[in-house]
Amino acid sequence: MDLFLDGFAWIFDPAHLSGPGGIWARIAEQLSYTFGAVAIAAIIAIPLGLWIGHTGRGRDIAVLCSGGLRALPSLGLLIIFALGIGIGFKAPLLTFVILAIPSLLSGAYAGVEAVDKRTVDAARAQGMTEWQVLTKVELPLGLPLLIGGIRSGVLQVVATATLAYFASGGALGVFINDGLKTRDYAELIGASIVVTVLALVLEGIFALLQRLFVPRGVTAGQVTEVRSRSVRPRAVVGSPIQEGK
Amino acid sequence: MNWVINNLGLIWSLTLDHVALAVPPIILGFIISIPIGWVANRFHASRGVLLTISGLLYTVPSLPLFIALPAILGTGILDPINVVVGLTIYAVALMVRSVADALAAVDAGVRQAATAMGYSAWQRFWRVEFPLAGPVLLAGLRVVSVSTVSLVSIGSVIGVSSLGYLFLNGLQRNIIEEVASGIVATLLIAVVFDLLLVLAGRVLLPWAKADPTAKRAWRKTVETAIAGASAGGSVVDDPAVSDPSMAGR
Repeated sequence: MDLFLDGFAWIFDPAHLSGPGGIWARIAEQLSYTFGAVAIAAIIAIPLGLWIGHTGRGRDIAVLCSGGLRALPSLGLLIIFALGIGIGFKAPLLTFVILAIPSLLSGAYAGVEAVDKRTVDAARAQGMTEWQVLTKVELPLGLPLLIGGIRSGVLQVVATATLAYFASGGALGVFINDGLKTRDYAELIGASIVVTVLALVLEGIFALLQRLFVPRGVTAGQVTEVRSRSVRPRAVVGSPIQEGK
Repeated sequence: MNWVINNLGLIWSLTLDHVALAVPPIILGFIISIPIGWVANRFHASRGVLLTISGLLYTVPSLPLFIALPAILGTGILDPINVVVGLTIYAVALMVRSVADALAAVDAGVRQAATAMGYSAWQRFWRVEFPLAGPVLLAGLRVVSVSTVSLVSIGSVIGVSSLGYLFLNGLQRNIIEEVASGIVATLLIAVVFDLLLVLAGRVLLPWAKADPTAKRAWRKTVETAIAGASAGGSVVDDPAVSDPSMAGR
């Protein structure tokens, strides 16, 4: 455990904390990558996911892509971009955008898809246009899963942003690289602690956001206890409507 | 392509290293998560706690974990054990939820029938609940397999030999083919593992083949794993998975 003490000592050494190459500056870089990449990915993936969820088209392709992208080793992707478009912040950013897309895409379409089809039909029967159905019914009700997708995208990128140094892109991985080169185990452990704490803090913030942003109507109807629910066939209320879709 | 042809031997031996690092975590993760998932499913209070802990474990970034493990385990930093243990932790973190959900999805009527037939709790678990949970377990295992195979390469950053070596070496020597061949080989391993798991499922769970819920369970598990397991999405939340009357739609 002494190694962890050394790690903390490294973190709280004032010489390491501030300054242009200090821990705070690297954390800022790590967070810029995270939120930059997730924002770009959101612009691409969320409208697409909402469209897939709303129309039900292209769902299998989306699942396949998401699964396939997950198998891509992010380190390899980052390096191939670094060699292809040059070092700097662009190659890591591109990698992290690709990394975040599956989470956001499936969060968006799974959220819309999870909305009870009867609710959607009721909204249509009320005379809502398709746009209104999407923005006033499906989007609010699908919000928990959508935010869940953003949360998992953010977490994946914040963890992987550590690798940005391979493309000379800065961020907290720089300390890990230094530590590996100089065999400075205190620096290695210290940087590892910082990255882990950053990820856990973001996880906590998003867990909170998820609670705050979920419409009350959604939580009211939610079944929280899985086991208490009967898994036997229910009376077929609503099945014919779903079959008609 | 020249580089690839001249270095097939290297690619092959690194592929074997990669496979050797990926297989133990997948198997160990599966074995370890069964009792934990069982507890999460069996006792109401433990479900939230265990699933939260596994969610947090999965949040820990891989490179820091590989670096911190030697300090915790007392192993050398270059020891491949660190990577195996780290990946096992991720496998367990992903798999516990699948096991809990898979067991929850077993028909309560079947469970009661087994009890009425005189099965002890132990027999009932292994002979009835576990096999019936098979398709959902398999779906979880496929996600674990893909994610493990792609994470192994991070181990090369701390000097554990795998296909990740091709990435780092390719970067140093500026050989794009080398990096690309590493990515392709990683994807191929992931595909082969996935096919093997599907094949194992066909052999061990012959009844699941005709069952469309298995495919749905797989899709749902992938979605849950990708869109944040902690988001409240659960495999059995989809009525189409848990409700056989809707399975045919």
